[in-house]
Order: sequence, then structure tokens, then C-alpha cells
Amino acid sequence: MEFGLVELSRLQFAMTAMYHFLFVPLTLGLSIIVAIMETVYVMTGRPIWRQMTKFWATLFGINFVLGVATGITMEFQFGMNWSYYSHYVGDIFGAPLAIEGLMAFFMEATFVGLMFFGWDKMSKVAHMIVTWLVAIGSNFSALWILIANGWMQNPVGAEFNPDTMRMEMTNFFEVVFNEVAQAKFVHTVSAGYVTASVFVLGVSAWYLLKGRHTELARRSIAIAAAFGLASAFSVVILGDESGYNATHTQKMKLAAIEGMWETQEAPASFTLVGIPDREARETHYAIHIPYAMGLIGTRSLTEEIPGVDQLVAEANEKIRSGIIAYDALMTIREERDATPVEVRATFEEHSADLGFAMLLKRYVEDPRQATDEQIAMAADDTVPGVGPLFWAFRLMVGLGFSFIAVMIYFFYRTSFKGMQYPRWALRAAVIIIPTPWIAAELGWFVAEFGRQPWTVDGVLPTALSASHLSITDLLITLAGFVIFYSVLFIIEMGLMIKYIKKGPYMDVDETDQWMERHAHRLSTHDSKGPFAAEPAE
Amino acid sequence: MILHEFMSFEVLRVIWWLLLGVLLIGFALTDGFDMGVGALLPFVGKSDKERRIVINTIGPVWEGNQVWFILGGGAIFAAWPILYAVSFSGFYLAMFLVLAALILRPVGFKYRSKRESARWRNNWDWALFVGGAVPALIFGVAVGNVLQGVPFHITPDLLMPRYDGNAIMKLLGLLNPYALLAGVVSLSMLLMHGAAWLGLKTEGVVQQRARSIGNVAGIVAAVTYALAGLWLAFGIDGFQIVGEVVKDGPSNPLLSEVTRGGSWMQAYSDRPWIVIAPVMAFVGIAMAVMGLRKGKEVSTLLWSKLGITGIISSVGLTMFPFILPSTVDPNSSLTVWDSSSSHLTLFVMLICAIIFMPIILAYTSWVYKVLWGKVTEDELDSNAQSY
Repeated sequence: MEFGLVELSRLQFAMTAMYHFLFVPLTLGLSIIVAIMETVYVMTGRPIWRQMTKFWATLFGINFVLGVATGITMEFQFGMNWSYYSHYVGDIFGAPLAIEGLMAFFMEATFVGLMFFGWDKMSKVAHMIVTWLVAIGSNFSALWILIANGWMQNPVGAEFNPDTMRMEMTNFFEVVFNEVAQAKFVHTVSAGYVTASVFVLGVSAWYLLKGRHTELARRSIAIAAAFGLASAFSVVILGDESGYNATHTQKMKLAAIEGMWETQEAPASFTLVGIPDREARETHYAIHIPYAMGLIGTRSLTEEIPGVDQLVAEANEKIRSGIIAYDALMTIREERDATPVEVRATFEEHSADLGFAMLLKRYVEDPRQATDEQIAMAADDTVPGVGPLFWAFRLMVGLGFSFIAVMIYFFYRTSFKGMQYPRWALRAAVIIIPTPWIAAELGWFVAEFGRQPWTVDGVLPTALSASHLSITDLLITLAGFVIFYSVLFIIEMGLMIKYIKKGPYMDVDETDQWMERHAHRLSTHDSKGPFAAEPAE
Repeated sequence: MILHEFMSFEVLRVIWWLLLGVLLIGFALTDGFDMGVGALLPFVGKSDKERRIVINTIGPVWEGNQVWFILGGGAIFAAWPILYAVSFSGFYLAMFLVLAALILRPVGFKYRSKRESARWRNNWDWALFVGGAVPALIFGVAVGNVLQGVPFHITPDLLMPRYDGNAIMKLLGLLNPYALLAGVVSLSMLLMHGAAWLGLKTEGVVQQRARSIGNVAGIVAAVTYALAGLWLAFGIDGFQIVGEVVKDGPSNPLLSEVTRGGSWMQAYSDRPWIVIAPVMAFVGIAMAVMGLRKGKEVSTLLWSKLGITGIISSVGLTMFPFILPSTVDPNSSLTVWDSSSSHLTLFVMLICAIIFMPIILAYTSWVYKVLWGKVTEDELDSNAQSY
């Protein structure tokens, strides 16, 4: 691939977005885990829970700040690097971003300061509420971002306005209750919860292996395993829902993910593994599971799922229809109010395919001049990179199922084996800490790489969306981001590791007072409980 | 979805122009003192203890304050999409510098005191200085450029924003003398504001140093603001819409004809009441400077807020209805009447703002109330989670 302006812009956006999402999942999940811990503290009054809350909140804070900082880049890059996109769909896309600020981000950012600075300035209950508001704010934030993103995948509640040369909102509620967005939201935040659970599990396992802070570690594992188990199921179930949605909203993405070149007779089989080959239009060495794809994709035995070849043929038709729309649009742009009624009518009829004509802009300045060959090339462009999608998707799903297994195991040991964990399992828990991040990044890759060649599916091609910048502009900022972000990453990891090694901050006074008050009860039954300090098996 | 028809497109556009101003002013009043404090940090705090006190005055609030900026960006995107598209891509490298500075800042607050090393902390202190001073300067430079007009045009067929010139020249082009003067206005006004904040939240030697720097900064702000006004009156051409002004037409900047000529100051004879903005600016700054000298606390901060409100609103009111004029193709200029979102989107967003803005103001006030009082050494030692 030749690296022109569009490719560099895409590279920069992909890098900064994926970097941003290194911090987001942990924020989403850990905020809730910390809030749960603090709630237990407020309910029981036991200092160990306060200590746990503060310890995990410290790690949360180190992570949170980079999530916030790199989020600023995301908000501004649409205008900086995707100015035509911003003009073309800002009327719809900008709204959820602004509402995210009003409803969610303001709340989490305002209260996060009190969460760290307010311990001695308010009552226990008030502080707990503050912590919950941070957690709720973070998660609402994800909701609105995914409504915006969901609209790029399935642009509902909007239509093209030839007078302003852009998409405009026709129904706000359709945009908000977009089925794609809702499924994505639950899928994404659940992935965040799994990430945080695996993180808490892994760090706690490390403490148990070292025989340090065992009281804190065992309780943390108990929370992480229960929370993680529910979330791991939720990720997979809502992932399946997203797949089902794609069957009727993003057929091409689905066909590409599945390496399905030809339309099969219903119900289609699911390709477990294989090597997709774009040139040959075939997936080599494929292992099929009969009926599975049809069942997952359509939840029926009779509905067909179209293959890549059929969709390319359909795209070819849509491009031709789009050219008619483009021709009418140019007349409207010139004649404005004097446009003949028939031309307006023609435009209305074909305007849904206007985006397909825009795909030709890569090959010819005026789509109306396009040759059959160029139309065929543009139609072929609607196929995203099948190989990477096919494999990224399978790796993500594999990881998703393995998280369920991990959580079931730790939940079982926590609930029925007296919170005793074999050393191999603890070591494994430490080793798998990075895997939920890999799964989350793969998920975004599948969603956004699979959306290509569009920024807004079927509406606006990526090639047209980019700002008219110079290559030098892009090279300067790309280099800047790479250097700057790498340094920040090293600093962040260093601090995370330092604070994990340092362990919790002991609140000696409060612990002593509490022990004194409860001396009687402690001496009778509680000391033999599962939380008594002892090294791992 | 017919409810929005009850409010005219024209009125909604004016409301969103006002709200844009409210957000920018909200940002300058809250995050403005964070930037001012950041820029003052190495000079008002000499020892580590002193610097920690300075940082912890804004430690619990900078994150919420910064959302005014994020929300401002989001609101421009939602309500003025083509303005967002043209300005953010046009000021590309300047925006990148602002971004870098704004990323450095949160990280600096959070990470600075997490290691004991003196070198680590000193480096972060300078990072915080950059994170405060650079955006403060660049925002002023941006306003200075907007007043002079910006070299962009919009293509007639697809309405694509174009901003010509190569990368470095575009950035250097922004740094012209008038824009730099506006940058000094912005930086000095936020230094004054930061000093007023430190006057309220600190005591002793830190407070003294902040006040004496703030005093100078306030005077510089007033003088440069006056100079920038005179220069604007006599040295810079304004823009005018030619012929009938259509206020509820489609948002297509190319539909209206614009010429360059005359003076921006024409606005003061067309709408004499707007003179209240520069008056607020001068009175606010003068009273803030007096307050800093006399050692008043709450009132100084409030006067400083008034001064900043006056400066920012004077720019908007002087340019109205222009938002972003174009020098190379005046017809491409963005105005209140031709660069907004659709009627429906403006209405939906207004409803959201009406619901959430009061809630935001309520909890923000509550947080400030909880945190009321001076930041002292004892307090830093007792909270292990302070910066």
C-alpha cells in the first residue's frame, strides 16, 4: 500500500485510538470494583475494605489520568484530521459527543478529584456516593461514545440534505436507540469489566505468591472472580448480539470476518479456521461447522447470509445508482431553488446510494465520468481486508471464551475451596494480565477495520473524509505522537509497577481503633475465618 | 419530531452562539486559573513543599475544570460542525501543540509527587509550566488570527474545507505580530487569574509571590488589551455581509456574499450597548489588581473573573455575526447564520444543555464548597493521596 495522506491519517487515528483504549477498559471496570469495595467498607465498617478501596483507587488514578489525557486527542482529531467527515456528519455525530461531555464526563471528572482528596472532608456515605458517581460517569461516557460509533456502523435517523451538502439528523431517538450502539455498549463495558477483573485477579495473585497482603489479596480475588464471571458471560452474549445485528446492517463486514466468499444455501456453515485468499476468492484448508453460521447470524434455518461476491455485485449496482444521485446533486448545487422538480425527485430516489458514487472519487475527479473498469474497482474496494479480520475475530472470540473458563475456576475456588488457590493457578493469573487488553484491541480492530472503506457505512468513504493536510503535517504529528505516547507509556507502567510493589497504605490508627472496638468478636469466631492471614498453598 | 418548529432557526442559532461563548468563558474562568497556576508554579514555589501546596490547590479540581474545554470542543462539533472542521484542521500544528501541552498537564499533576526524586519532580514542574503557559498563549494567538481572518476557502461543489500552504509556513503564519500581542493578553490575563486563585487558596510566602506576579500580569493584561483594541480599530480591516442577510437559510457559507473593508469597530456604532464588554474587562482587571495589592481574597478572584468575561465577550460581540472570516475567499467566511447544525440538532442539543447545565453547576459548586479553605502543609501530610 502506498502511504498517502489518507493512509497516514488512518494510521495516526488508529494508533491514538488504540492507545487511548489501553486505559479505557481498566477505568470502566476498576471504577466499579473500587465502588463495590467501598460499599462493603461502608456497610461493614472494616478497615481492610477501606485499605482495599484506597489501594485499588491509587492504581485506578494512575490509569485514569492517561485515559483522560489521551481522550482529549480523540475529541480533537476528528476536526484536525477528518475535517470533511466532521462537516459531512457533524450534525449527527457531534451530538452524542457533546452530550457525553454534558452528562457523563463532567460528572466523572468533577468527582474524581473529591474521590482522592475528599476522604477527610465528608462522611463515609457521601464519599461512597462520590466514588459511585465516578464509576457511573465513566460508564455513561462509554454509552455516548458508542452511540456515536454505532452511528458510523449503522447510520440511522438521518438523511442527506443537498442544500447543506451533508447528512442531517431526522430522528434523535433513532440515533440514541440504534440497536448496533446498544449491543456495542454492553459488549464494550463488559469487556472493560473483564479487563479490570483479570487485572485485580492477577495483581492479587502476585501478592499471594509472594505471601504479602494476603488479606487484601484474597478479598480482592473474591470480588474480581464474581464480577469477572458475570462480565465474561456478558461480553460473549452481547458479542453474539453484535454479530446478529451485523447480519442485516453490515453484511460485508460479516462476510469478510467469516471468509464467506460465496453465498451458501441456508443455513450456512461456520468456518472455524482456514486461510482466506482474496485473489482466489476462496478460504483454503477451511474447517467448517455445519449450520453454525446460519444459526448465529440469522437465528433461523432458512434465511440466507450473502457472501462477498454477491455483495460486490450489489455494490456495483449501488455505485451506478449513486452516479445518478450525484448527477442530480450537482444540478441541485448549481441551480439551487431553481432546480426542476424532476431532478429533485430523481435525487430523492437515488440519494441512499450517493455514498457509493463517492467511492469513485479515488479513481476519477467526477464520478459521472467513471468507466466500467473504475466502477468495478470501486465495487471491489467495498471488501475490507478479509485475512486480518478473519484471524483477529477468531483470536478475540477464543480469548473471550477463555476468560469465562478462568473466572469460573477462580469463582469455584473462592466459593467452595475456602479461598485456597494452587500456585500454578496464581502464576497463570499473573501471566494472563495482558490478554484482556489484547482481546479489546482486537475487538476494535474488527469493528473499525471491518468498516472500511467507509467512515460511515454506505454513506461516506474514508478516502474522502480526511483533512486536506500536507504529508509533512502528518509526519510531524505522527512522530510527535509516537515519541510522546511512548514516553508516557513507559512512565505509566513504571508507576503502576512501583505502586503495586509498594502495596497498600496501612491506615494504622483506624485499624487499631477498629480492632479494639471489635476485640471481643474477633477473639471468638472471626479469627478462624477464611480471611486470616496465611501464605498460599 | 416537530417540537423544534416552535423555536425559530434564527433564535436557536443566536442561542448556540451565546452558549459557545458561555462554554469558552466557563473554560477560561475555571481551567484558566489552572493554567495560570501551572505557569506560575516554578516562580511562586521555590521548595518542594511550596510547590506541592501550589499544585494541591488545583489538584482536586483541574480535572473537572478541563471538561469545559472538552465540552467546548464537543459543542462546536455538534452545533457548528463546519467551524470545527475548518478551524481544527486549519490550525493543525498549533492544535497539536495545544494537545501535547494539555496531555502533559494532567499527567504532570498526577505523577509528579509519585516519586521522591528531586530531578523527577523538577522536570514535571517545568512540564506543568509548559502545560499552563503554552495553551494560554496559543488560545490568544488563535483569537488574534480569527480577528484578522484566516486563509481558508470552501470548495463550491462538495463544500470541502481547504487551508493552503505547507505545514511549517502555516504554523509560522499564525505567529504574526498581532496574534502574538493577543497571545500576551491571554497569557497575562490567565496569570493574573491564577495569582488571584493562589491568593485565595494559599498563605504566607507563596501567597505573597503570587500576588506580586499577579499584580504585574494584571497591568500587562490591561495595557496589551488596550493596544490590541487600538490596533484592531486602526490597523485591521473588518468584514461585512453584502446585501440582505438571510438568518434562517441552509447552513452553506457560500450562499452569502462577504466583503472585506471598513473596521470591526463599526459594531460599536451599530450596537452601542456592546461597549459594556470592554468596560467590564478594564474594571474587572483594575479591581483585581487593587485586590491583589490590598490582599483581598474572594473579591479579587471574582473581579478577575469579570475582567476575563469582559475580554472574551468583547471579541465575540465585536465580530458578530462573523465567527471565522476568510481572507483568501471572504465568501467562505463562517457566520452565525450559515455554519450551524440543522434546526433539529440545535434544538435537541439545547434541550440537553437546559437539562444538564444546571446539574453540572450544582455539583460543581458543591465540590468547591467541600474543598473550601486554604491548602496547608499539615493537610498534605495527612492525605496520602494528595499530589
